[in-house]
Amino acid sequence: MVIAPRPRADSPGPQAPVKLGVEKLSIRYGHDPVLEDVSLEVREHEIFGIIGPANAGKTSFLKAVNRMDMFDRSMHVDGRIVFNGVDVHKVRNVYGLRRRIGVVFPLPVGLPLSVYDNVALAPRLGGVKKRAELDVIVERCLRRAALWDEVKDRLNSLGSMLSGGQQQRLTIARALSQQPELLMLDEFSIAVDPVTTMRIEDVLKELREEVTIILVTNLVQQARRLADRTAFFLDGRCIEVGATEDLFTGEVRDPRTRDYVDGRFG
Amino acid sequence: MFEATLLNRRNKTTQKLFRAALGSMTGLLILPVVLIMGTLIWKGAPAISFEFLFTPPTNGMTAGGIFPALLGTVLLVLVALLASVPLGVAAAIYLSEYAPDNWFTRAINLAIINLAGVPSIVHALFGVGAFVIFFRFGTSILAASLTLAIMALPVVIVATRESLQAVPEAFREACWNMGATRWQTIRRVVLPNAVTGILTGVILEVSRTAGETAPIMFTGAAFFLPLLPQSVFDQTMAMSLHLFVVSTQVPNMPLQVPYGVALVLISMVLLMNSLSIALRMYLRGKKKW
Repeated sequence: MVIAPRPRADSPGPQAPVKLGVEKLSIRYGHDPVLEDVSLEVREHEIFGIIGPANAGKTSFLKAVNRMDMFDRSMHVDGRIVFNGVDVHKVRNVYGLRRRIGVVFPLPVGLPLSVYDNVALAPRLGGVKKRAELDVIVERCLRRAALWDEVKDRLNSLGSMLSGGQQQRLTIARALSQQPELLMLDEFSIAVDPVTTMRIEDVLKELREEVTIILVTNLVQQARRLADRTAFFLDGRCIEVGATEDLFTGEVRDPRTRDYVDGRFG
Repeated sequence: MFEATLLNRRNKTTQKLFRAALGSMTGLLILPVVLIMGTLIWKGAPAISFEFLFTPPTNGMTAGGIFPALLGTVLLVLVALLASVPLGVAAAIYLSEYAPDNWFTRAINLAIINLAGVPSIVHALFGVGAFVIFFRFGTSILAASLTLAIMALPVVIVATRESLQAVPEAFREACWNMGATRWQTIRRVVLPNAVTGILTGVILEVSRTAGETAPIMFTGAAFFLPLLPQSVFDQTMAMSLHLFVVSTQVPNMPLQVPYGVALVLISMVLLMNSLSIALRMYLRGKKKW
């Protein structure tokens, strides 16, 4: 894989190729619309922030990208989501698609397997069998997720028995073990203490070299710290997409964006 | 300040009354169990001996032991399990993990519930028609076991499905999100966490199957056989039918024999039940989430 030069934090530059293109995306559960007519582009090797109050449709957006609508009969997705130039709704091998997209959800799910097996699961699903190879992947991913030092002596204890914050980092390690091209994090810091949050944020900044990251967060400052560009979702609509600094320095198209960023509602 | 008002006192009396009523109901519940076990041990224990357990009956069944019946019940249950467990577990996995929620699935679920409600004598007649006559198994261990297996199926399916559904959906989604197929998810995450519950259900099923009389009466269990069965196409004696026979069909039966047979049968069942309870307790201690 060719690693693109790291984009400057203040402007990723329009020349970076599009990793994920979304056109006129609408999502509804049964008859309840949660997301309407969203169009945006996520470019390669950027951290793309999505901010917005609860019920804005942020999580549904992520679910649609990963084809999780397949798990939920009431979830209907309209519009186009193009990942790596391919419409995800036309992908035959949806398992291959999901393997290239890592997801981390707000409430960590440590699978009831050992810590080691949790992280080794994705490589194993992908056909890696050699212990030595798995050992390398597991250690690398746990280090990346800032968890290695805490669990290296108990890799065989159950992942579901770790503390909440550790489980969250375990799910990040697990997502990384897929070697994803796109990493989607949904309010990962909810169950994590501030110190660990900062450590993970540092990790994410490094990861930008290799993967594209979509960061859904309800901490606007977190988006400001990390995201190159940020979208503001409100009540199922994408109000604004722009370079993160613009959103915070007031160069916004919609006054509601400024109100949210300044903490006047939400 | 904390003096009881009239209402307080009345509430307290009512609460005591209900506690006493509910408690005594519970007490009544264990009375039959204690009485049955007590009577059986009191009257049946003198019959139990090594000879009783491991020799065939003699003198028109009034003397000797019960070995052919004991062996027969074990065989019947084993063959029934071999048929019902793979089928039931497979069906439950399909219903729980794959089946779409449509009218067809609901019809299957309804059929399973109804199958559980079919009286055992009807199962027996079905067994005669299907296995003894249509499949030409004759009255044999095979026909009797398959009849038992069909009776056991709904219980195995329900127990398995419940233990599968006790595995949180979040585990499945986490796995699917990594690009796992449904089967990979089932094999690596769902089944390992459900296997304990499935096992408990199967053991409970064994204890129920062992005591059934009607389904095997016409399909493979014999009144008396001088020889042990040589294959699954032979008839066999069985504990439950033997108990019926020695209690009602043989004149001048020494009283301790039927009690002894009943004691052995119920001990087998209780043994299986305790095994299942012990297993469940052990595994609950190892619960992983």
